[in-house]
Amino acid sequence: MSRPAETPVPTGRRGRRLTPYVFLGPAALLFLTFSLVPIVIAIALSFQDTQTLGEGQWVGTQNFEELGSDRLFRTALLNTVVFAVGTVPTSMAIGLALATALNRPLPGRGLFRALFFVPMVAAGVVVGVVMSWIFNTDYGVANNALEILGLGRIPWLTSPSMAMLTLILVVVWTRVGFCMVIYLGALQSVPAEIVEAASIDGAGPWARFRRITLPMLAPTTSILLILNVVFSLQAFDIIYVLTGGGPGFSTTVLIQYVFRSAFQDGQMGYAAALGLVLVAILLLFTLLRQRASKKAESFL
Amino acid sequence: MSTDTVTTTTRTPRSATRVRRRSTPPRRWLLVAVLAILAAFVVFPLYWMVVSALTSGGQSQSTEFYLWPKEPTFANFTEVFSTQPVWRWIGNSVLISVVTTALSVVVSLGAGYALAKYRFWGRGLFYAAFMLTIMIPIQVTIVPSFLVVARIGLVDSPWAVILPTAFDVVGIFIARQFMLGVPDAIVEAARVDGAGEYRAFFSVVLPTCGPLVGVLVILAFMARWNDFLWPMVVLQGAENLTVPVGLSTLTNNPAFASPWGAVMAVATVTVLPILAVFLVFQKQFVQGISSTGIK
Repeated sequence: MSRPAETPVPTGRRGRRLTPYVFLGPAALLFLTFSLVPIVIAIALSFQDTQTLGEGQWVGTQNFEELGSDRLFRTALLNTVVFAVGTVPTSMAIGLALATALNRPLPGRGLFRALFFVPMVAAGVVVGVVMSWIFNTDYGVANNALEILGLGRIPWLTSPSMAMLTLILVVVWTRVGFCMVIYLGALQSVPAEIVEAASIDGAGPWARFRRITLPMLAPTTSILLILNVVFSLQAFDIIYVLTGGGPGFSTTVLIQYVFRSAFQDGQMGYAAALGLVLVAILLLFTLLRQRASKKAESFL
Repeated sequence: MSTDTVTTTTRTPRSATRVRRRSTPPRRWLLVAVLAILAAFVVFPLYWMVVSALTSGGQSQSTEFYLWPKEPTFANFTEVFSTQPVWRWIGNSVLISVVTTALSVVVSLGAGYALAKYRFWGRGLFYAAFMLTIMIPIQVTIVPSFLVVARIGLVDSPWAVILPTAFDVVGIFIARQFMLGVPDAIVEAARVDGAGEYRAFFSVVLPTCGPLVGVLVILAFMARWNDFLWPMVVLQGAENLTVPVGLSTLTNNPAFASPWGAVMAVATVTVLPILAVFLVFQKQFVQGISSTGIK
């Protein structure tokens, strides 16, 4: 994106110096009250030992030290990695495939684009309840269909080894349309002349895709990667309704564990510490990714 | 990017489309068939939601495979609407979504304009702080946020949902990007003509913001209508819930003849308004979603 021209400083009357603060005022006020103050309290809580709504006691870095020996934390961390690795590349690859297919003249192209996009508009809670009904072991339509086909019933959500897989499938379903839309926008800015020139030089469709389209999509891929990782690390509603983190702790990801510690175990200090670790992971990933994509761009 | 290049690049493939469309080669039809099967799978869950809402408990709580109920019935809807305050939930959701959307659009337009068109002390700091909050999941700050809302005395009131969510970082970001594209010259011209700062904004800048407002309204409304965790925490009385929160209280509710039918009926009620908005404003929707991705 091109950099906009620098805005000239409005000169003259003094009143103007206050104007930007008036425009920014409402946002700043809401930000201070409902974002900054809670963040500061959360940081303070992470150094305290608290019982629900009782007075906290300062315990230094004890909460963070406890993380090291907390087995549930390790499980949640591992689940988070599995969940992110399962959802992010899959959604992006399917999204790219759909975008490539729908970027050429096809009958019903507009309808397809709309249909693949529809899951995006459904609330996470709705997706959760509908999917838990479809994948219900006893009466779900998925298993009823499998039985008609002569295949056995699958414990989609009731077996610890299957639940994560089902969850990933459901989340990919909601995410594919988003990736498709973003890739479609980017594909339209790939110049047709370059692709044509390559095909005159004898490059096949796969070579054209790999050597021209894919490198030209690199900035988009980089943005989508960050967004998808953020979405996956923050995914809550669907997991909360679909599996509640279970069976056992098989689908308890970090964000679930934060919520559980605060609301079920009443350990708000510990929950705050957990949450800050999650934020640190998110920030670290974004920074690393940005540095990597800057390097990649300088190579192109 | 100038508008000229955009129109020419999009126009060429389109005219090519028209020429080629007359004879779609057989391999294309194979692709269409594959896409159609995929699309059927993608749409199926929402189709199934509606079907289950229209199916009697006897048929849906069974191992029978069917794709359309033997006798479609509205019994699930009548039962759940008569035993649960679903109308209240819908009313609460409409009130909260509409008021929050209106507020957040105003807040985002103001903040976006200040950040894009003025240089002032704290601009960079505010912008960086706003953007940083995208990284912080609501679960991390939810307990402190609750304490703040409780201190102000808003718990269980619609304002507990409205005020904190009226600050919308993504909206501010989109507004700022758009305002950067508004030429400084027109703002300057208004100033030269003697318009004050606010007149310049309201009568010169704002009229160019139509598409921006459309995108902001759609994104905010969808996010607020579908919002779950924060409303669940701050709304407590059964009468005060929003539709998604109400929906989540119905699962495993033993009060219903067919709990799944009741749940699917309310799920349908939750999705239909937003789906209707999507179908009418498809272009703005896609544009809005894309603009969140172009950072």
